[in-house]
Amino acid sequence: MQQPLVITATINGRPVERAADPRMHLADFLRHEVGLTGTHVGCEHGVCGSCTVIVDGRPVRSCLMLAVQVDGAAVETVEGLTGASGSLSRLQRAFSEHHALQCGFCTPGMLMTLEALLRTVLNPTETDVRDAISGNICRCTGYQGIVEAALTAAKDRQGEPA
Amino acid sequence: MSARYFGAAVNRLEDPKLVSGAGRYVDDLHPAGLLHVAFVRSQRAHGLVRGVDAGAAARMAGVVAVFTMADFADLASGPMPPLAPHPLIKTPITYWPLAATEVRHVGEAIAMVVADSRHAAEDAAAAVEVDIEPLPVAADAIAALAADAPRAHSDRDSNLAARLAAKFGDADAVFAGADHVVAETIVTHRGGCHAMECRGVVAVPDAMGEDLTVYTSSQSPFLVRRILAAYLGRDERHVRVVAPDVGGGFGPKANVYPEEFAVALAALKLGRPVKWIEDRQEHFLTTTQQRDQIWTVEVAFTAEGRMLGLRGRGVHDNGAYAPYGLILPINALGCFPGPYALEALDVTLDVALTNMVPTSPVRGASRPIVAFVLERMADRVAAHLGLPREEVRRRSFVRADQMPYETGGKARDGSPISYDSGDYRQALDLALSKIDVAGFPARREAALRRGKLLGLGMASCVEDTGLGPFEGATVRVTPAGKVVIATGASSQGQGHRTVFAQIAADALGVDINDVIVDAADTDKFPLGISTIASRIAVTAGSSVEMAAQKVRAKALRFASNRLEAGEQDLEIVDGAIQVKGVPGMSITLAEVSRALAGAAGMSTPYGMEPDLAATAYFESQGLTFAYGSNACEVEIDPDTGDARVVRYVVVHDCGRLINPQIVDGQIIGGVVHGIGNALFERMLHDPEGQPLTTTYADYLLPIATEMPRIEVHHIETPSPRNPLGVKGAGEGGTIPAAACVISAIQDALGPAAPFVAHHPISPQDIVAMLD
Repeated sequence: MQQPLVITATINGRPVERAADPRMHLADFLRHEVGLTGTHVGCEHGVCGSCTVIVDGRPVRSCLMLAVQVDGAAVETVEGLTGASGSLSRLQRAFSEHHALQCGFCTPGMLMTLEALLRTVLNPTETDVRDAISGNICRCTGYQGIVEAALTAAKDRQGEPA
Repeated sequence: MSARYFGAAVNRLEDPKLVSGAGRYVDDLHPAGLLHVAFVRSQRAHGLVRGVDAGAAARMAGVVAVFTMADFADLASGPMPPLAPHPLIKTPITYWPLAATEVRHVGEAIAMVVADSRHAAEDAAAAVEVDIEPLPVAADAIAALAADAPRAHSDRDSNLAARLAAKFGDADAVFAGADHVVAETIVTHRGGCHAMECRGVVAVPDAMGEDLTVYTSSQSPFLVRRILAAYLGRDERHVRVVAPDVGGGFGPKANVYPEEFAVALAALKLGRPVKWIEDRQEHFLTTTQQRDQIWTVEVAFTAEGRMLGLRGRGVHDNGAYAPYGLILPINALGCFPGPYALEALDVTLDVALTNMVPTSPVRGASRPIVAFVLERMADRVAAHLGLPREEVRRRSFVRADQMPYETGGKARDGSPISYDSGDYRQALDLALSKIDVAGFPARREAALRRGKLLGLGMASCVEDTGLGPFEGATVRVTPAGKVVIATGASSQGQGHRTVFAQIAADALGVDINDVIVDAADTDKFPLGISTIASRIAVTAGSSVEMAAQKVRAKALRFASNRLEAGEQDLEIVDGAIQVKGVPGMSITLAEVSRALAGAAGMSTPYGMEPDLAATAYFESQGLTFAYGSNACEVEIDPDTGDARVVRYVVVHDCGRLINPQIVDGQIIGGVVHGIGNALFERMLHDPEGQPLTTTYADYLLPIATEMPRIEVHHIETPSPRNPLGVKGAGEGGTIPAAACVISAIQDALGPAAPFVAHHPISPQDIVAMLD
């Protein structure tokens, strides 16, 4: 077996340095080495999207990416959405207001996928939102509340400073 | 008492934590000294275990132990106790924690590697050599019932585990006297629950070696405790079971699994915490599935389209084990005659053992199957007579003026099934009006101009909810003025914490944010049944209401003495009991709690019992019956066979709505599960019982781009059978959905197409039926 490699990355704005086995995927690294258990593992074959995080501005499936690949990168997880004072982002609040979550397991992946969408598409349509989350499976909600939450958050984010 | 929260779309108290990534699911728990498990599983559907060679695996880096069942002989042995024994099952058909002699489905665990990391455990599991002598496989439920079929269990005489029957009226006379009879064979297909969180368990022995705590992603922590304690020969007080945040359940997490037992045994054996987290492939191979039934039925009806009687025979593919006894087949028979007032029923159901993944309820249990049978047959009757499908239903429904209505059937406990309330015709008429049935011909024309076939579907159902015997709750006001609810009822995303808090906050006049719910921990409340069968709002919700009202009465009695005012002149506002219209004359609930908490040497004030708390168990006073009708439109591309649900309307009556937002979420999510059953979810096996669809690339779940907006309308007929007037809502979305979608597909295909008698329906099926 190969020796652990040291990974230096920025995670939710903070520098992190940890060793990990070369074969460890990013989701396990975040959850079990860094202690950020908000990122969830649903299928480990890249279909369900529960493990989605943002790496250098783009949403990725952290079960399909090796931890060593984020050496030098900026990683954002669901924990990073919450403000320093514990305040929820507009998207997080919209999820609650529109009952966009039930069991909450797919929610971090949904949030990170939509966070990435809303940063790049300022005025998304329902079709844009559904396309964006078509790689995220939710068994509880039927997606309707999630779509409404994203559209509400997109509307309210317009006019806010970028 | 004013209802400030009951009936309001309160945002969930669960949410802030869950949207911040601060939920605590089983895999988020890392007790010190934790070890990790990988199971060695059978690659054959049926065979004799001839040997397990773990020599090489045991020597690998990081490996602490490799166990087979024999290694646990000092702790326990034999098959696991059944969850729901039934007199027809003479010998329990349950699995062992680790299969010792015979494996009966692909994926059955034979050995387990315990190591200091999951990586190390999986490396070593791959190095364990298992010698299995193949046995003939029973992979098809119908074939399995033939006299010379291979036995799913080599030690059983037959694959027929049981034959059940339900009967009322004189079916022979009804069929002899009917104007018409039609017969069909209808097939429903199995799928999985696919909670996004797979199963998982962490077992933690205490330092003294006496007590064991099991954290498990379960709908039934109290059942896990009961049968695990029985299996270990320990008193229940030595086994604590906790269901932390659970990432979806949908039925299969109500079962108790071999892995829960094996992990507990390993933790006891090693005296260290042990964790196992199911991966998605294991979920496909081992978590219970459901819905393979084959029904051949005939319906007798009048020339006017009133259905009079139904008779038929079904076969239930039980899979390899029956941990839940006969709950699914019994449930299926109890679902007849649905919303229809039949004069006679005569059905039998054969329970076939096969070498497939065991079955236990998946959202709706057997109700979606029977709804599919009844609704397909209602459509069939309409087609036979050339009548609109809604007319057959209107003429056959139990009428509102017949409520309460005894169907003639029997509930699980043998009592007569009696529908409590409702207006089934109103629900159908409303659904058809909301989908604008009058405008449908124009929409169909417009679709045809685009080269598409548009069909209108409809389906109705009635659903027994609020299954007994009870749930319970303790409501307590702490000296700090917080209201703490303890209950056995576990949650997998249904928002119970919010709903219970709404009920208690109204009863006690406190802010909902001052209510705390402790649930699903066997150390926090003595008894619980399970979160199944759309029963928690009725049973646990009513318990919370009853306990909170007792606490309220006690607080008012105390305040009446203290404030020297009649109880009728008191009110509770913002956590304080005050004399109406007399500002300043008040005492807070916190002060009452502190006074009743006692002081050394002093008697409790006013001769009252200590503690501002009360416990109540709501015991079922007969099932409550939710019902509803769905209508939808499906658009078919005749070239590709692609079927898209483009509109979907639900009319549902689950009695009084505690939180409309939560109920709508249950309904919409349930409908999408049913659409998955109708169009996407296909669990395929080869003739040797080898599963062929074990990834989400092969087994399709509904995704956002394929789902329509779903419109939900409520009728609120309060149930007379509980203090809240509620009925269950957890499964009502799923039950009629597959039938509704297939009804629309049949309609789109046109009168020349064959009768659509199965789900899921594939694009290939559709193209074939159009030819």
